[in-house]
Amino acid sequence: MSALKETRPMRLKALCLALASLMLATVSVATPAAAQIEVDVNKGDVQPLPIAIPAFGGTRGADIAQVITGNLERSGLFAPIGQQVHIEKGLNVAVQPRFPDWKAINAQALVNGQVTVEGGRLRVDFRLWDIYSEQQLLGLQFTSTPENWRRVAHKISDAVYERLTGEKGYFDTRIVFVSETGGRINRTKTLAIMDQDGANPSYLTDGSYIVMSPRFSATSQEITYMTLRPEGSAIYLFNLETARRESIGQFPGMVYAPRFSPDGGRVAFSVERGGNSDIYVMNLKSRVSARLTSDPGIDTSASFSPDGTKIVFNSDRGGSPQLYIMNSDGSGVRRISYGSGRYTTPVWSPVGDFIAFTKQTGGEFHIGVMRPDGSDERLLTTSYLDESPTWAPNGRVLMFSRETSGGPPRLWTVDVTGRILRPAPYPGSGSDPAWSPLLN
Amino acid sequence: MSFSTKHALRLALVTTAALSMAACASKPKPGPGVGPGPGPGYPSQPGPGPGVGNVVPGSIQDFVVNIGDRVYFDFDQYDIRSDAGPVLDAQSQWLMRYPSVMVRIEGNADERGTREYNLALGARRANSVREYLVSRGVSPARISTVSFGKERPIDPGTSEDAYQRNRNGHTAITGGAR
Repeated sequence: MSALKETRPMRLKALCLALASLMLATVSVATPAAAQIEVDVNKGDVQPLPIAIPAFGGTRGADIAQVITGNLERSGLFAPIGQQVHIEKGLNVAVQPRFPDWKAINAQALVNGQVTVEGGRLRVDFRLWDIYSEQQLLGLQFTSTPENWRRVAHKISDAVYERLTGEKGYFDTRIVFVSETGGRINRTKTLAIMDQDGANPSYLTDGSYIVMSPRFSATSQEITYMTLRPEGSAIYLFNLETARRESIGQFPGMVYAPRFSPDGGRVAFSVERGGNSDIYVMNLKSRVSARLTSDPGIDTSASFSPDGTKIVFNSDRGGSPQLYIMNSDGSGVRRISYGSGRYTTPVWSPVGDFIAFTKQTGGEFHIGVMRPDGSDERLLTTSYLDESPTWAPNGRVLMFSRETSGGPPRLWTVDVTGRILRPAPYPGSGSDPAWSPLLN
Repeated sequence: MSFSTKHALRLALVTTAALSMAACASKPKPGPGVGPGPGPGYPSQPGPGPGVGNVVPGSIQDFVVNIGDRVYFDFDQYDIRSDAGPVLDAQSQWLMRYPSVMVRIEGNADERGTREYNLALGARRANSVREYLVSRGVSPARISTVSFGKERPIDPGTSEDAYQRNRNGHTAITGGAR
């Protein structure tokens, strides 16, 4: 994995990502039968499924298998079996594997594949096998440009994850976040982006001003974020494909906490005036803003429901910071958090079943989830300072930032059961992560 | 964090508060009518040390050293504390004496809160300071505000004392000083 160089921000590379044609074809070698094996994502304490992923044949074959292995291992739901104990070598996608060889090392599933490069195109054929029922579960072929090999590996990871868990995958995604360098006084904060596995890191700002709270659009390769300078704050839209950057406009006070609506057509944000913060929403086509709250309490950290009809937000109108829901026109405000403690940073799951939040109680911080009606509250993490949860697009995994006392913030992930907690695969210091939707 | 540590922190907080109140009570409080003069009586402010000689009156150094450019807040609060009033009284009189000076009030929060909420809290603190200065006669046209939330701590520590120092309103001179 390539580490983001922390010493000096690299120039903004043209981020016209080669999102070029990743083509998918189903290969009908065998008729997929009912799966004998499955992974239950709702039980984080189940034994991870032993899976074998030998190096694929051909150029980049070993690298592709390694990326798939890393993805599935980090999910906590799979236990890849080391290649050194594999018995059968040199598998051929055109023939069945020798199932007894894989049973002998207790593999329950097997992923094998073959890479071919023809006419400047990379083609990857792969198979997913159920070892005990001796059936092929998947036979797929991806075609792309050779430099896109990592994305092909992520696509295969998503296909395997989805076939075995029944949930959509989340590996062909990116994370935009705030890279932090320097000491606790005068820390440099730079907007950065990387693949979800920490690869391909790059900077989007030069570190000369504070950046905060980046968020992805669910519909386009666009982010919104806030900048903070002594002269004031601003909210920007930034297109990752064209590198076009624009402010959403001038406001009389501070503006912060921007979030896209699910259709990408609006941005909700907070406007501060005379010390009071309220939530506004701007139509990005007309650039007309509407005020949604007008309470003397702090109203901030708005987050849309996936259908766009509701907004969860943070307010201290009741005396301490709590979570509230309103209709997306500002009507029908009601409080949903009633536990003891301070609730902030609500984020509605893209699937819609949960709202994640930060909870401060006693001297500790937690990432938690609750149903949109406030029921079923569960705390998933505990530390000196956990905050800024963001959902993977399948609503099963959260990334957040964690600080130990006096230490720099680091990115971590936890699954929605709270049982699979681990550092994100990024070696540097980072905060305010935001998970992209699945790439196309 | 163990229970005993939490308990100790809370005790420390209570002790700090008690000390500062005692300090306030034992010193004559300069009211709004008292001239600023050198060495104002706000000993509970963890601000700069003793005054430096040969400071140019009306300079940024004069303001920082002889008046004090920060006031402090309680946890999640934004009302002007009794120990901050004399500092802001002195600030407003100094600003009236040097009417070309422009200031920016920067609201700051400690790290024991989440980022966006702390931005909002810092904005409230900056506005409290601004309103106080305006109430003492400083023209609002001379005062801008910004919140840095928890992004610009002045103390890197993680003790209650450090948190206290980081919960402040900073009056930064942006122009017009000598």
